[in-house]
Amino acid sequence: MNHNQPVYTDNDPQSELVTLNLGPTHPATHGVFQNVLQLDGERIVSGVSTIGYIHRAFEKIAEHRPFYQITPLTDRLNYCSSPINNMGWHMTVEKLLNITVPKRVDYLRIIVMELARISDHIICNTIIAQDTGATTTFLYLFQFREHIYEIYEEICGARLTTNIGRIGGFERDFNDIAFAKINKFLKEFPVALREFESLLNRNRIFIDRTAGVACVTPEQALDYSWSGPLLRATGVDYDVRVSEPYCSYDEFDFEVPVGTSGDIYDRYLVRNEEMWQSVSLIEQALEKIKHEPAGVFHADVPDFYLPAKEEVYNNMEALIYHFKIVMGEIDAPKAEVYHAVEGGNGELGFYLINDGGRTPYRLHFRRPSFINYSMYAKMSEGMLLSDAIINMSSMNIIAGELDA
Amino acid sequence: MDISFVIEKFVLVAIIFGISLVIAMYSTYAERKVAAFLQDRLGPDRAGPFGILQPLADGLKMFMKEEIIPTHANKWLFMVGPGLAMLTACIGTAVIPWGSPITTAAGRIIPLQVTDINVGVLYIFGVVSLSVYGVMIGGWASNNKYSLLSAIRAASQNISYEVAMGLSIIALLLVTNTMSLKEIVEMQHGWHWNVLYQPLGFLLFIICAFAETNRAPFDLPECETELIGGYHTEYSSMKLGFYLFAEYINMFVSSAVMATLYFGGYNYPGMDWVLTQVGPVIAPLIGTAVLFAKIFAFIFFFMWVRWTIPRFRYDQLMHLGWKVLIPIAIANVIVTGIVIAIVEKF
Repeated sequence: MNHNQPVYTDNDPQSELVTLNLGPTHPATHGVFQNVLQLDGERIVSGVSTIGYIHRAFEKIAEHRPFYQITPLTDRLNYCSSPINNMGWHMTVEKLLNITVPKRVDYLRIIVMELARISDHIICNTIIAQDTGATTTFLYLFQFREHIYEIYEEICGARLTTNIGRIGGFERDFNDIAFAKINKFLKEFPVALREFESLLNRNRIFIDRTAGVACVTPEQALDYSWSGPLLRATGVDYDVRVSEPYCSYDEFDFEVPVGTSGDIYDRYLVRNEEMWQSVSLIEQALEKIKHEPAGVFHADVPDFYLPAKEEVYNNMEALIYHFKIVMGEIDAPKAEVYHAVEGGNGELGFYLINDGGRTPYRLHFRRPSFINYSMYAKMSEGMLLSDAIINMSSMNIIAGELDA
Repeated sequence: MDISFVIEKFVLVAIIFGISLVIAMYSTYAERKVAAFLQDRLGPDRAGPFGILQPLADGLKMFMKEEIIPTHANKWLFMVGPGLAMLTACIGTAVIPWGSPITTAAGRIIPLQVTDINVGVLYIFGVVSLSVYGVMIGGWASNNKYSLLSAIRAASQNISYEVAMGLSIIALLLVTNTMSLKEIVEMQHGWHWNVLYQPLGFLLFIICAFAETNRAPFDLPECETELIGGYHTEYSSMKLGFYLFAEYINMFVSSAVMATLYFGGYNYPGMDWVLTQVGPVIAPLIGTAVLFAKIFAFIFFFMWVRWTIPRFRYDQLMHLGWKVLIPIAIANVIVTGIVIAIVEKF
C-alpha cells in the first residue's frame, strides 16, 4: 500500500483482503483520526494512519500572540491534562525571561500538575478497561476525574481547558476550599484506586487481553523517540521529572516505575503506579507548603506579571506596568529555549525562539502523542483487530495533542 | 380433539408469549437499574415512579423512529434478519413446563406447558441453533464490514459453544434418561436438583449459555468498542428494537432452561406440604412463582457478570470453547457414564 495515499475502498475484486476504515469517527478511536486497515479475517495485514483531522495550526497562531495569550492554546493540546501544558508553557517563558519563582509557587504547581497527571492516567487506564469491556471499573474511577475538575474549578474557575496560572506564578492564591477539596481527594482516591486495581490487576480475562499484546522493545521505543509511561513500560527509566528536574521536583521523594516487556499490561501497571506516586507527591507538596510563607503565589516580576486590578486603578506604577504588558512593550531577550515537562503521555516540550519581540518568532510543541503514535500503524501489523484497538487506548492518543 | 383443549392451549400460548415480551421489556429496565446499582449511579428514574415506565417510553421511541435501510443493503434479507431473531427467541419457551398441572374442581387437569414433546431438550437445541441465523443474515444483509465481521464472529461463536453445550447436556441425559423437559422436572421433585448430580455440567452449561445469548464476557458480536454496534450497526427503529428484544428474550429462555434442567424447575422444598395446605389450584401457581424467582435470579446473574468482567478476544474465545470446555465436557460425560454404570451394577 502506498503510504502517502491510503486506499479507502476495496478496488480489487480478486483481493483476499478487506479494507476497513477504522475512524475518523469510531467509538474506539476516542477522537478524530483514521486508520485504514487491510484485514485478513480479523488479522491486520497492514495499516495506514491518517492524522490531521483537527489540526488547528497552533504553532502558527502562537507566532501572532503575546506570550501570556499562548497559554489557552496549550490547554487544547492534551485536554485531559491541560494544567501540565499550562505549567510547561509558563516555565518555558520563565526560562526565557530568567524569572525565578518562589518555592511555594513551585509546590502549588506540583500539586496542580500531579492532579492533572492523575486525571490523565485515570482516563487512559479506565479506557483500557472500557475497551476490553469492563464498563463498571471505568465508571468507578472516572468519577474522581470529576473531583479533580472540581479542584481546578476552585483554583481557576475552569474545568477542562483550565488556563491555570500566569507567567511568574498563579493569578490568585489557592483558597481554603481548594485545599479542603485536595485533602478530601487524597483521602478518597486511594480507596477507589485500590478497588479499581483489585478488579483488574489479577483478572484472568484482563491479563489475557493485555499481557503479551503489542510488546515493544526498549530499542524500538527509543528508535521512535517514545517517552512517558509508554517508554517506561518497555523498561527505560526516563522521566523528565528526574532526568531534567524542573519546578523543584528534585526535592521530592518519588519512584519512577518501569515495566519489562512494554506490552499493554505493563503500560497499565506503570500508569497505575504513577497515580500512586502522584498521590504521594501531592501529599509531600502539601507538607512542604506549610513551611513556606503563606500567601505567596507569584514571583515579584512587575514587568511580566499583571498587577491586581485595585492596584491598577489606584497606583500609577501598576497602571504603567498594566499598560506596558497589555500593549506588548516589554522587552524579552533574544534567545532560544527548550523546556520539557513530563506530561501525561511523555515528554511535553516547548521549543521557543524569540527575536526580541512580544510574540515568539517560532514555537514548536513537542507533543508526545504525535511522536508515540508514529509507531501505531507499524505495531498493528499482524495484530488482531481487538488488540489494535486496546493498543490504541493504552497509548492514550489524544487527538488534540496528536494534531495540535 | 375437543374445543376446550384448543382454547386452553391458545390462552396458555398467549400468556407465555405476553409474559416473555413483558419480561424482555423489563429486562432492559432491570439491566439499567442493575448496572446503575453496580456502578453507584441512579439509573433511569424519570419516567414514572422509579422510572418503571422507561421501557414503554423506549418502545414508543423505537416505533416512532425513522427507519433507514441502507441503499446497498439486501432489502429483503435486511428485514428477515430481525424477524428471524425475534421468532427463534420466542418459540423456545414452548416446551418449558411452567408449573405442575392445575387440577380444577371439576377434575379437569390443565398442564402449564404448551407442549410436552418427548425430545424437548433437542427442540430447545434446535431453536437455539437457529437463533444465529437472525444475526448472520442481518449482519450480512447490512452490507457493512463491521456488521459482516460481527456476523462471522457470531456464527463461529455459536457453533463452537453449541458443541460444548450439547456435551454438557449429554451428561445430564445420562442421569435423567429422558429428553422430555416435563419428566426431567418431575425427577427433580423436592431436593433432587440436577445441579447436585451434575455440578460440572451445569458450570459448562451456564458458560455456554452466556456465549449462546451473546452476553458479556462473550458479547463479541456486538462489542461496541471494536465493531461499533456489531451486526445491528445499520439497523434503526423497531428492527433494532427486535434485535435488542431478542437478546433479552434469549436471556430469559436460557434462564428458564437452566432453572428447568438443573435447578428443579417449579420444584421447591416442602412443596408437598404446601399442596396439602392450599389445594391443587393454588399450589401449582406457587410453583410457577418459584420458577420465575429462579429465572430472575439467573437473569440477575447474567447482568451481574456483564457489568463486572471484561470480554474475551476472538481467538481466546475459540480457545476456551474448543480446547477447554469441550475436553472438560467429554471428560464429564465419561465420568458420569462410569459412575452411573457402577451405581447401577451395585
